[in-house]
Amino acid sequence: MTTITESYVRETPRTARIDWSPYLVGAGIGLLSWIAFAVFGDPLGVTTAYSRIASLFAVPVIGPEAVAQNAYWKSMPLKWDYGVWFLVGIPAGAFISAVMSGTWRLELVPDVWKERFGPSIAKRFIAAFLGGAVIMYGARLAGGCTSGHGISGGLQLAVSSWLFLAVMFATGLGISALMFRKR
Amino acid sequence: MTAMMTILGPLVMGAAFGFLLQRGKVTSCNVIENQFRLRDFTVLKVMGTAIVVGGIGVLLLVDTGNTKYYVKDANMLAVALGAALFGVGMVVYGYCPGTALGAIATGSVHALVGALGMVAGAILYALSFDWLKAHVLNVWTLGKVRLPDMTNIPDIAWFAALAIGAGLFFWWVESTEARQKRG
Repeated sequence: MTTITESYVRETPRTARIDWSPYLVGAGIGLLSWIAFAVFGDPLGVTTAYSRIASLFAVPVIGPEAVAQNAYWKSMPLKWDYGVWFLVGIPAGAFISAVMSGTWRLELVPDVWKERFGPSIAKRFIAAFLGGAVIMYGARLAGGCTSGHGISGGLQLAVSSWLFLAVMFATGLGISALMFRKR
Repeated sequence: MTAMMTILGPLVMGAAFGFLLQRGKVTSCNVIENQFRLRDFTVLKVMGTAIVVGGIGVLLLVDTGNTKYYVKDANMLAVALGAALFGVGMVVYGYCPGTALGAIATGSVHALVGALGMVAGAILYALSFDWLKAHVLNVWTLGKVRLPDMTNIPDIAWFAALAIGAGLFFWWVESTEARQKRG
């Protein structure tokens, strides 16, 4: 028992710990929402801006013609608006926090995944790519993500957003139980 | 608002959001996966507090005429289907779109691979948009409706119920976690 604890302590530098309370962080995000509503009139959200930027990447894939003709991107063209700059800010802030707290580290295969599916990097990358595709398709179909629907819509008591939260958590729990079931 | 503010404003807001997400540990794939496995309640603690704190503040801001609601359309079929896909994608990917962007900046390479998947998902959505518009998006639409409008239960009662419900739930989670730590 002591050897396990000792090796754990040795592998985890004392700086590489974050001890902010999740409630404090949640309250901070709530406070950020007040500013987003009152000052900018633009609630926190991610995927609307993400799909605007995706049109850039779509040009080499499906051709500039198809992107220009597309009804969805006509309604949501690439423009450097509030949402897009907000999106650029997210990794910047996360980077600053990670460096300051000493928790920046390369991660190819996360521990929970490794425990269940092994250390294969290819396997994890394929799953991440497919999961990413499914999550963004779902977010656009639903009209928002954990931020836009979950937090911004949830705090407005929007019917659409509480439906989103309920269905998202229910299917997530189900898929997780299937994925991580005991063999 | 000055031109500087239209860029710097959202950049700082996004950075603050990314900083908080990282400090809240929700840019960790392990934390998100373990929420859906019911082994770590960090995600719910952050989201629940954000919704209650943010919601009460925004309610006051709306009542005092300092902002308005930005509610998303309740296209019930599209939201339900989208949320179901979102739940699946979130467990397979291990991130939601916002936390993924934060995670990339903290060194998660598989989050970056998934972000390319998210681009693919956005392209697929744009390509299927015409069909979705004809068959899914306009089925069972309720408009920009809020729970208080739908139920005639006032906002303040909803938030009182949410705050008490969340408080009791988190109290139970905390005492269970404390017992596990001791045992």
